[in-house]
Amino acid sequence: MGTPRQRYWRQTRRLTAVLLLVWFVVTFVAAYHARTLTFSFLGWPFSFYMAAQGSLLVYLFIVFFYARQQHRRDAVFGVDDPRDD
Amino acid sequence: MPSARQLRTYYGWFTAGFLLFVLLLGVGERLGLPRVLIGYTFLFATIGLYAGIGIMSRTTDVAEYYVAGRRVPAFFNGMATGADWMSAASFIGLAGSLYLLGFDGLAFVLGWTGGFCLVALLIAPYLRKFGQFTIPDFIGARYGGDLARAIAMGAVLMCSFIYVVAQIYGVGLITTHLTNVDFSYGVFLGLAGILVCSFLGGMRAVTWTQVAQCIILLVAYLIPVAWLGLQYTGSPLPQLAYGSVLERLAVREGELARDPQELAVRGVYQARAGDALQRIARLPQSWQDGQGAARQQIDELKARHAPLSELRVAERRLAHYPATPEDARRDWQQEANEYAARGAPLMPHAEPFWSGAADPQRAAQERDTKRWNFLALVFCLMAGTAGLPHVLMRSYTTPTVHQARKSVFWALGFILLLYLSAPALAVLVKYDVYTQVVGKHFSDLPAWVAAWSRIDPAFLRMDDINHDGVVQLAELQMGPDIVVLAMPEIAGLPYVITGLVAAGGLAAALSTADGLLLTIANALSHDLYFKMINRTASPARRVTMAKVLLLLVALVAAFVTLMRPGSIVSLVGLAFSLAAGSLFPALVLGVFWKRANQWGAIAGMLTGFAVCAYYIATRYPFFQAKLGLAPAAWAPWFGIDPISAGVFAVPMGLAAIVIVSLATAAPDAASGQFVDFVRMPDAHNGEKGESARNR
Repeated sequence: MGTPRQRYWRQTRRLTAVLLLVWFVVTFVAAYHARTLTFSFLGWPFSFYMAAQGSLLVYLFIVFFYARQQHRRDAVFGVDDPRDD
Repeated sequence: MPSARQLRTYYGWFTAGFLLFVLLLGVGERLGLPRVLIGYTFLFATIGLYAGIGIMSRTTDVAEYYVAGRRVPAFFNGMATGADWMSAASFIGLAGSLYLLGFDGLAFVLGWTGGFCLVALLIAPYLRKFGQFTIPDFIGARYGGDLARAIAMGAVLMCSFIYVVAQIYGVGLITTHLTNVDFSYGVFLGLAGILVCSFLGGMRAVTWTQVAQCIILLVAYLIPVAWLGLQYTGSPLPQLAYGSVLERLAVREGELARDPQELAVRGVYQARAGDALQRIARLPQSWQDGQGAARQQIDELKARHAPLSELRVAERRLAHYPATPEDARRDWQQEANEYAARGAPLMPHAEPFWSGAADPQRAAQERDTKRWNFLALVFCLMAGTAGLPHVLMRSYTTPTVHQARKSVFWALGFILLLYLSAPALAVLVKYDVYTQVVGKHFSDLPAWVAAWSRIDPAFLRMDDINHDGVVQLAELQMGPDIVVLAMPEIAGLPYVITGLVAAGGLAAALSTADGLLLTIANALSHDLYFKMINRTASPARRVTMAKVLLLLVALVAAFVTLMRPGSIVSLVGLAFSLAAGSLFPALVLGVFWKRANQWGAIAGMLTGFAVCAYYIATRYPFFQAKLGLAPAAWAPWFGIDPISAGVFAVPMGLAAIVIVSLATAAPDAASGQFVDFVRMPDAHNGEKGESARNR
């Protein structure tokens, strides 16, 4: 299955692809269907809530999750930077 | 440099001190401190503060000057990135655009935040691992050869310069607003504030100033929003509770849409639009008739010895009459469009891609165009975020790759504080206007309405079209900037908060201008002078060169600003599309596709740039008029607005890189080693980017 460095990069790429898919769905798929997704959500019309708040919080989560997962992966593969601890 | 904990203590005290300062001014206002003095105090106290930080952080060391010594902890780097990012357009323009555009304005909110996912996932960690000084550095090292570096530098210069002009324009506007000085003085006053900081200490001074500016601008935005929220939602966090106001707003919109007086005013505007269209249909005869009628009116007035003022009005009308039938067609079309927009039915705030067309087929078509424009704009702003060099530069200033990833998280967190508030603010102000201004008598309007319509009719304008003495919504015209600038007065807060908001807007514009000017000067001094002209220059000489260039660029930018080119929004849109089209594809493929080579990158950057420039030049009305192109013959592709030119440029740029790379020889071994190097976050295979190619 290749060297550890190749595996590290494969896993990094997979995580990047999955998170980009989430990013695409909450941005473009949600906005494309904005006129049909109008049910009430926490007191807002759903599509308005997503564009004004929901998607933004998902973005923050994506960036947070990526930083955390990559930090763990760095340690597992021994490619972390000692100055981080 | 102090440790992260010490920094937290310093900035904690700074925030407390700033709040105390605002409080003391508030007490001063109660005791009779004049308003002008409060404005000046805010202006000079904040600019003095930035200058002080700049002087304390002065440096002549190359790494300190270019990248703050790469020692900025993630949290503070995130704050600095946030200030770098949140510009005058975000602070002042965003809430106003949301007020005017409703749901469709949320494209800006999505685009300017979601772009950070691309920065975090595709670019920031790799740039940090590379660990040099500028964006053209990365392109030059990855693809090899000075040509790729030079083209990247050209793209960096173009988009940063356009963006910085928009910021300096904002600085001038706010300084004028705070102190009533002339616009050109305002520009140079603001410029002094920018220069004293970045000139002495480069990135190091700019970083610590931006952290302070981030605190000031967030405090200035969130305090009035909390106050307004308390009034309308009963909670100081309206971001969580404005759903109920949105519901009440929808009810009020329904009432106004059925109100007979409202319909009457809109009918008047529709009639005026129809009249203009009829005149266009009868060209050139109608142009001659109109000119004859205007002359005849003057003669009649003279004959019956009418008052001089009436005669003046008539003469002015003739002087402004279109010179040729072609001019008349353009002017009258504009007139018809304006009246038609004012006569159109009321737009519900929360409805996506709304169309006011009565014909169902046409309405469906308009909605579809709006939907695609929304998606295209979101895409362009996101890709532009991940291509704008002043934001990407900030990945270089953290100590490690992991800190660079975390820094993007903090940056987005601070940005969201403002971006989650702006849509709430737009809804609250709209509800206030729809209930406290619309439907009231002209004689008993809130005080802020009269005050702002006196300052400048571009902010706020009302005409009693149907002479009923009551304000109808259609009689009210609001400019976007008033929503934030007048927010403290709408909320009934003292003048000191108005000064605070202006100081916040100034902080937003200055911090972004700082980052951009530094990016431009660094690209010139590092990439052009050091890497291409004089590779043996001493570090001290390089820093001096950077400082001199900074001064020159700032002066040129101020000069261009004084000529007042285009509107701020279109300038900013242009910068985003250019950054997206030219830099984003080459940066991303440089990390994720080893086969990409020098020729591919060159072709990709040039294609992206050219497509953007071509589309904007031939589709943007301002340039169409300059180039003498007939709008009908140069219809936009798929109805996409020129501001979103990047939606064509990015895929074409990507395709050009792939096609040309595959058609030419594979890149050399050094470039493969370079890619392996940036993909791994560990430090042991080369510190400070001593990669294969740079050794």
